[in-house]
Parts: sequence; structure tokens; C-alpha cells
Amino acid sequence: MTGNMLLEIAGLTKAYPGVVANDGVGFSVGPGEVHALLGENGAGKSTLVKMIYGLVKPDSGTMHLMGAPYTPAEPRAARASGVAMVFQHFSLFEALNVAENVALGMENPPPMGQLSARIREISAAYGLPLDPARLVGDLSAGERQRVEIIRCLLQDPKLLIMDEPTSVLTPQEVDILFNTLRKLSAEGTAILYISHKLEEIRSLCDRATILRGGKVVATCTPREKSARELAELMVGGEFTATDRAGRTLGHTIFEVKGLDLPPMSQFGPALKQVSLQLRAGEVLGIGGVAGNGQEELLATLSGERVSASGTVLLHGQDIATLGPNERRRLGLQAAPEERLGHAAVPDMSLTENTLLTGTVRRPLTRKGFLDMKAAKLFAEEIIRVFDVRTPGPHVAARALSGGNLQKYVIGREVLQYPEVLIVNQPTWGVDAAAAAAIRQALLDLAGKGAAVIVISQDLDELMEIADQFCALNEGRLSAPRPTEGLSIDEIGLMLGGAHGMQEVAV
Amino acid sequence: MITLIKRPTPSKGWSYATPVVAVLATMVAGGLLFAALGKNPVEAIRVIFWDPLFGANAAYFRSQLLVKAAPLILIASGLAVGFRAGIWNIGAEGQYIIGAICGAAVALSVYPAESAWLFPAMVIAGALGGLLWGMIPALLKTLFGTSEILVSLMLVYVAQNLLAYVAFGPLKNPQGYGFPGSRNLQQYPSAHNPELIAGTGAHWGVMAAIVAVIALYILMHRHIAGFRIRVAGEAPRAARFAGVVPARLVVFCLGLSGALAGLAGLFEVSGPSGQITDSFNAGYGFTAIIVAFLGRLHPLGILLAGLLMALTYIGGDMAQLILQLPAAAIQVFQGMLLFFLLGFDVLTNYRIRIGGARA
Amino acid sequence: MMGGIDIIVLIATLMAASTPVLLAATGELVAEKSGVLNLGVEGMMIMGAVGGFAVATATGSPVLGFAAGAVAGALLALLFAVLTQIFLSNQVATGLALTLFGLGLSALIGKGYEGVRPPPTAKLEFGPLADIPVLGPILFSHDWVVYASLVLVALTWAVLKYTRAGLILRAVGESHDAAHALGYRVVAVRFAALAYGGALAGMGGAYLSLVRVPQWTEGMTAGAGWIALAIVVFASWRAERVLIGAYLFGGITALQLQLQAAGYAIPVHLLSMAPYVITIIVLVILSAAHRHGVAAAPAALGRSFHASN
Repeated sequence: MTGNMLLEIAGLTKAYPGVVANDGVGFSVGPGEVHALLGENGAGKSTLVKMIYGLVKPDSGTMHLMGAPYTPAEPRAARASGVAMVFQHFSLFEALNVAENVALGMENPPPMGQLSARIREISAAYGLPLDPARLVGDLSAGERQRVEIIRCLLQDPKLLIMDEPTSVLTPQEVDILFNTLRKLSAEGTAILYISHKLEEIRSLCDRATILRGGKVVATCTPREKSARELAELMVGGEFTATDRAGRTLGHTIFEVKGLDLPPMSQFGPALKQVSLQLRAGEVLGIGGVAGNGQEELLATLSGERVSASGTVLLHGQDIATLGPNERRRLGLQAAPEERLGHAAVPDMSLTENTLLTGTVRRPLTRKGFLDMKAAKLFAEEIIRVFDVRTPGPHVAARALSGGNLQKYVIGREVLQYPEVLIVNQPTWGVDAAAAAAIRQALLDLAGKGAAVIVISQDLDELMEIADQFCALNEGRLSAPRPTEGLSIDEIGLMLGGAHGMQEVAV
Repeated sequence: MITLIKRPTPSKGWSYATPVVAVLATMVAGGLLFAALGKNPVEAIRVIFWDPLFGANAAYFRSQLLVKAAPLILIASGLAVGFRAGIWNIGAEGQYIIGAICGAAVALSVYPAESAWLFPAMVIAGALGGLLWGMIPALLKTLFGTSEILVSLMLVYVAQNLLAYVAFGPLKNPQGYGFPGSRNLQQYPSAHNPELIAGTGAHWGVMAAIVAVIALYILMHRHIAGFRIRVAGEAPRAARFAGVVPARLVVFCLGLSGALAGLAGLFEVSGPSGQITDSFNAGYGFTAIIVAFLGRLHPLGILLAGLLMALTYIGGDMAQLILQLPAAAIQVFQGMLLFFLLGFDVLTNYRIRIGGARA
Repeated sequence: MMGGIDIIVLIATLMAASTPVLLAATGELVAEKSGVLNLGVEGMMIMGAVGGFAVATATGSPVLGFAAGAVAGALLALLFAVLTQIFLSNQVATGLALTLFGLGLSALIGKGYEGVRPPPTAKLEFGPLADIPVLGPILFSHDWVVYASLVLVALTWAVLKYTRAGLILRAVGESHDAAHALGYRVVAVRFAALAYGGALAGMGGAYLSLVRVPQWTEGMTAGAGWIALAIVVFASWRAERVLIGAYLFGGITALQLQLQAAGYAIPVHLLSMAPYVITIIVLVILSAAHRHGVAAAPAALGRSFHASN
């Protein structure tokens, strides 16, 4: 294989205290090849690409780019060698405009006027229209990704790394992105495509390297494998499907009527006339691209933000002006998306973190005085029932892995037996086994007669567990549709199609 | 190459050890400073830290210890609640002054009437004065989002000018032969805050400080309200999720710390100091910030830190007398202590690895 | 003349009265634009005041004095940088510590300088320009530092707005994580910004002790550093508005001094409160105006940065 490969990696190892993130990883990418890096959360994909991009230095192993030894000391060096990267969590600056953002990612940017013209030119050529003068904070998630891609393309990269690029896109936007990537590949640019979405990889990629536990477990041609085979390679075992049977729907217990909310932050969306109804035992899935009002919706429903009276009703009682604890008393619990700093306090122990939401429905306090024994017992119960992997309840929340902390957070709310539970991104960044457990717990809760709202960007997840589906787009909530028989194209259109792409034929 | 590695769980051991390490490091650095000033560093450290407690005139100095420590502990207890919540009242000095002015004004307005109710009325006036002065930044922050740091600090300068104004004007002693300053409350039995136990220096302010420390412990470590205050400081969004209303928290924290600072001012003006003068305030409001941090915002820590800081004041005075060490040297010493503390604090949350971190 | 107040003298005094806070606020603006909140401006200013004074009297050269003031301020700022950027200490607490430490150390250093007169800083000679009515005394009657401070503001503005260095600085202040991901050295940028901020604060302090007062007294900055911090907020983190804010504040100070001199029957202590009270009022008006509008503060302001892997 040597000689005609663009990037060759052998024996790459990187260890952090307590965990070997990459253990002797090796693979190669040819010119113009679309190469998938497939693996679960925590399999070591991020560490690997950070090493290729010069953000992290490997402990041992070698990298060759076009036959020459490649040891980027920093991202600038990587960029100078022709390696560019589009980040999963964007490396953009909201308060700066598109052109400034692009300039920051280039080694020797031309003067601003020329740069703006180049941005217009390239973005039109690849079907990704962008206005260089707009503030990035005002752009949709899909448009922001375009900024990153354009920034890379302006430097004529030989290798483009894309880290989970479709997680912020609607299905229509995904199609546009894939067309762009195929065009780039045809022009000779190799693409290292990181994802855990199997269908995408099967439709786009020429080859795939599969990582598990920091090691390469297989290299294959994804088109020749079924999604199930890929999944089993990735997870390393049999796949368990969730069981959604055995639910009967009761009468309506939770209702939102004509809810408006001004933006919570400078670049955040407003909620506009949101209405929904939920029956006992029902699971409502709310899909949408990040930044379309998910956080705002959860905050208003949980009671962190109050709204005009009469807009939120539980059992017919107006709770729109009540705070989170009053709503908990009435049976409404919530689990926000951001685990560290919102759903849990990073530096506090798991015992202390039960006190965050658990004092109303659980006897963790007596006349306001803390009962730390009871809190510890509750924490131990959550750890036991939800299989949270931790040395014990004395451990700080920040020490848990994403999946374990998410199980803890969901467990803390579910074990308070709410009548209405609202969760945002319950399985984001969580490994497959934990994700399946969390989904099953939500379904079981609904099976006991609770109403559950799942806000998620993972459409597969919503199709798997929800009875009804609504789309959240620019702060507006669509009318609900039964998930049975709903096609991916229909969902895409509900999510707003391709944002800001009207001028281009889709 | 030094690298910081974040600990999975904050180190309990280091969180207790850092204040001690910081004190030791400050003694070393302070010794170097004293040496640079041409003094014998060992002798200077001994004069400041040892002699007041165990030296020839220790009995007198030990009583002074409580007198100086009481206002520091009282103010720091209030500040600690706010600092825990991420609300930065740095204008305690101003609240201390206003508390003293209000309390003294009550007494002077009824002079020379004697009544058992007078002193309690002064206490209430002092606390209320400090509370209202603290309410200004609190309300401006909740209503308009104005930085409480800047407003509370600006109000120190306003209070200082107000202090000078009343000392030269409305509260001036009519029988003071034209000297600025009010009547001496030590000579006004109903208004005097006396030494309660002879030879200990313990006046009502010392009692209040002890009560404040106990109350602080119960609030912050035993009650759900204190838990929520701690959450607010560590993770503001989680606090909202736990039901904290930020505006109420701001009002509570600034009101509480203002009232306690006002009380400290009242006990000082009616006791050890005795009168309102334009130089009445001695910087307790600022030193209390150091006390609060040195005590790790923990009640017991604040108690110890307050006593230690009082010791540096007394020892500093002695060093001034015996060694002709400038008064400002003690201020530098206190500043260094805070620096070392903040610097060493990193060890609570990070491990330090030297060499080999970057291959 | 209006009610015993000479408008021309007032404006001319205003420019000189504003110079210390103008310098300090411009420096702090750069530090805050890089995402660091340094509340130690007061401490850096007073160290600049005493350092500048000591060197100027020792060498007889006010220019060397200003340089020394800048160095003193920058050194203190670097101490702050080490603590907050390397040891990741809390920025608010460390800023306070810097102020308390600076006030103490300056008093210690300044002991021997009380009552000493510093070498004079001469006003620049503009020849016939100074004789132009109205404009002459307002524009052409100052020492070099006043003009230098204006040049520094203009330079700061231009660098922040038009250069790549300025763009990187703003980017670091907006999102240190994103800047780090792109390969910029967040800590190095912040060290530089803090040092610049400290140098300007130190120069501002030196202007107080060498020109405005001119002598050394303990605690002579009297809150000027805090007012500089307020001016940065007032200016919504924009250099050109720092100039307006500083001159507004200088105007109030100058007016207050003139009112005292004109012998109005207002107690001196109440007049001396005016700058602080007005600073609060202006802050309130501005925060009220910004409440529902665009948040102008750099997004990463005050947050610690640790490259976690």
C-alpha cells in the first residue's frame, strides 16, 4: 500500500491518567478517498483526530503524510501540511462575522475585501451560500457548519477531517453536504469522516476503520456490510432492541397553549405560540436541529423560566407561573441537555446532587434541614437501579463518564416517579448500551402511566420510542404526527428543510 | 515543563492544607520582605506572631485579639455567603461605615437621655443602615443588571465622604472645642458597648461574631437554603434548575452581608473606637475579604482566619513600635497571604505533573 | 464665565484630569477584550504612581518616571496573569488581592517620598497655536502625556479593529475553546493583553503622582482604578467610547474641583462624592439600556481557561 497513500498511521498510542484513549491505532487513507472512522462514544475517535490535527501529541506511533513523516506540533502546522478540520462542537466565534471567522482559521488570509469575495465565490461553487458580513451568532447550525467548511476549502486541503458533521443538520441539509463531499472527493480531496451513524457511512464512504475501546477492531468496505453487522462490530456484541409494548393511553394530563418566550440569550431563538397536549402513558418526541428552541422549551416547561399564566397546564391546573420545585411537587420533573453545570453540579458528589431536584418528592430534608443519610441512600438507589458505574455516591459528578452521568440524571428524575417527565437529548454522547438502557427506562416510566416528552436531535431515537412526533423549528412547534409510517423526507420538511438554501435548487 | 491535570474529584486534603501552606509561604516571603527592609526576619516574625500571644505583655494583647477579630469575623461571615453564591460584595467597608453612622446617630440624637432600650435600638439602626447600603447595589443589580462589584465599591468612597461630612458637620461634638468628631459614646452609659468579661476584650460584637459563625455553619452546611446558595456559585444554571430565583439570592446575600458589616461598625463605634471621626474606618471591610478567602468561606475557617488576621494587626503594631517596621508592611503581608492562598488553591482541583507531560 | 466657572479652563482641565483614567481604562479594555477581568487596576495604578515617582525623583527625568510606572504596572499585571492563567485562580478574588497588595506595597515604597516634589513635566510648546482664542488653551496647552494618551487610544482602537493581532485578541476573548482548537495560544495572548493593560494603568498612575497632584501620598489613586473599570463597562468594550467615558468623568472631576474653588456653599465632602455617585448613575443608565439589547461584553470574560487535553 505504501507510496500511493495520502495518510498512513501506525501504532499510534495516547494514554491519559486512568484510560488509554488510543492503543496502537493504525490505518491509511488514499487520495480522494472518503474514509469513515466509526466507533461509539468513548472509542477514541476524537483523540485520534486531535492527534492528526496537531491538538494532541501521541505518546508513541508514527504518522506519514504523502510518504513524509508527519508530526504536527500544533494545528497551524497541520493546516500548513494540507490537513483541515471541521469540528463537532464548532470552533466559531459568535460575535464575529463570517469573514473574520474564516480569516482566523487561515494562515495568511488576504485582506478582508478580497477574502469576502473569495468566500462568496467558493460558497456558490459548492452550493453552500454564505454572506461574509453576517454575524455567526445569527446563523443556523447548518449555516455555521458551512462557515467551517468554507474556511477549510479556502486552503485547498488534501485531507478534510469532519467530526460528526450531520448531527446538526436536517435530512435535506445532509443531502446537500454529501453532494459537496462527493464533489470534493472527485476533485481529489480525501475526507476522514467520523460518525456513529451507520446508514450515512454506508451511503457515503469508500472504506471504514472501526474503533472500539481505543483499538482498531476492523477495516472494511461499508457498502458490503449491513448496518447491523457494522453496529455489532462497533459495539462488540449483540444489539438489544427496546421494548415499547404494553402501554395504554389515558386522558390528557399535560397541556401547553400558545406559549411565547423572549430569547434567553443574545443569539438564542424566541419561542412562538407553542402548543402541545400529552396523554397519560404517551411519549411525545420533539425533533429539531440544535438551537431552534430546545433549551428554551425545556426551561419553560421545567419552571426555570415562567411564562404568561394559562400557557402551561398540568391536570388542568395552571402552572405557568410556578417555579421548578412547585412543579415538581405537582408531579412534573425534567432533565436538561447539559449534564455538567445544569442537570448536575460538577464538583459536588452524587449524594449532594440528589438534593438538586430530589427534596420535594423525596424526604431528603426535614423542615428544610438536610438529611444527608437519606440523600446518600437515594444516590445509592439510583446507582443500583440504573447501573451507574462509579466507586460510590461520594464521587464528584464530573468524575463520571458522559453515559454514566446521564444514567444518574435520568435515574434521579425517574425514581421520583413523576407524572410528566421532560428530557432534552437523553442519550447525547452516550454509548449504545447506556443509551438503550435510558430509552427503556423512559418507556417503562410511560408504561406506568406517566407522560414523557423527549426532545432530541437523534431522529432514529425518536422514531424508536415516541408515539407522536413534533418538529421544533425557529421556536415554532409543528402539529404532532403519529410516528408510525412517518418517512424521513416528511420529517426533514417538518424540520424546516434546508435552512437558508432557498436560492439553490434542492 | 509543568502541566496541570484536573483531578476527577476535588481533593479534601488539599482544601484544608492550602491555607496552612499559604500562611507558611507568606511567612517565608514576608521574612524576605522584612530582610529587604533591613530587619531581622526571624525577630520580625516572632514579634508579629509569637510575642502577642506568649510574650511579656501577652495578657493585654490577647484581649486585643478578640477586639480586632470580632469585626473581621462578623463581616467575613456575611461576605462568605455571597462569595459562595458568586455575588461579590466588595463594599463591606462602606456598609461598616454607614452602620456606625446610623447607630451613633440614634444615640447622639437622644443624648443625654439614659434608657435600657437605647443600645438595642442602636444595634437595630446599625444593622439596618448596613443592610440598606447593601441594598443599593442589590437593587441596581436585580433591576438593571448593574455590576454589584463596581457599585458596592464606589459606595465605599461615597460612605467615606459621608463619614467625613458627618464628623465635621451634623454629628460633630458641640463641646469638642472645634475638633472634628462626635461625642465619645464610651462616656455615654446607655450607648456604650462595654467589655463584658473583664480582661478578655469580649464586647457585644464578639458575642455577635460567635453567633454569626454558628448561624453561618447551620445555614451553609445543614440547610437546603445554604445548599442552593452553594449551587448558585458553582453552577448558576443548575441553581435555577433547583429552583433558585437569582434576584432573590442577590438581595439576600447583599442584604445579609450589609447588615453584618453594619453591625460590626456599630459595635466598633460604640465600643473600642467610641466616636465617629473622619478616620474611623480602619479597613476592616477590605481585610474581611482576605479573612473570608483564607477561611475557605467556611465558618470554622473564618473564625481561625479572623483571629490570625487580628494577630497580624496587633503584631504589626508591635513591630512598628519595637522594630520601626512601617505599618504598610503588614498590609503587604496580608496581600501576599491572599496571593499565596489563591495560587496554592490550584492544588485542590489539579495535580501538578513536572516534566514528561508532553512527549 | 458661568456662575464663577470658566468653561475654557474647565475643558482644558478636563483633558488633564481625564488622562489617568483614560490610560487605565484603555489598558483594561484590551485585557477584557482578551477575556480576562482584572479588578486590580487600582493596585496597578498606585504601583505605577509610586514607581514612577520614585524613578522620576531619583533620575530627575519624568520620562523615565513614566516608563518606570508602566513597568511597575505591567509587573503587577504579570503577577495577576501567572495566578489566573497558570494557577487558574478566581479572577475576581485575584484582582481584589492585587489591589490590596498594590495599595500596601506602594505605601511601603512611598514612605520616604512624602512631601517631596517630583521633577516637573513641561507643557509642550506650540508657539502661536497656543494663542488662538478658545482652541489654543483647550488643545495646545498640555504636556506630552495628554497627547500620548490620545495616540494610545487611537492606536488601540485601530489595532483591535483592523489588524490580525486585534482579531486574534478578540477571538480569544469571545471563545477561548474555539481559539485553542484553531491553534492560537490563549494563555500567551492573555499574558500580553494583561501586561499592556498593566503598563497603561501604571502610566496613568504615574501621571497622577508626577503631573496631576503632583506629589506622592498614600492611597492617592482614591478609586480611579475602579472608575476606569466602570468606564470600560460604560464604553460597551469599545475603544472610541472609552475616550468619551473618560472625558465625561474627567469633566465631572474638574467641575467639582472648580465648584469647590469657586466657593459654593456645598460641603466639600458632599462635592467629593460626586464623581462616584455619577459613575454609579451612569452605570445604571447603561446597564438598563443594555438589558434587552446586545450584550457587548466579550463572551469569555472572567472565565478560566484550561486546555483539558
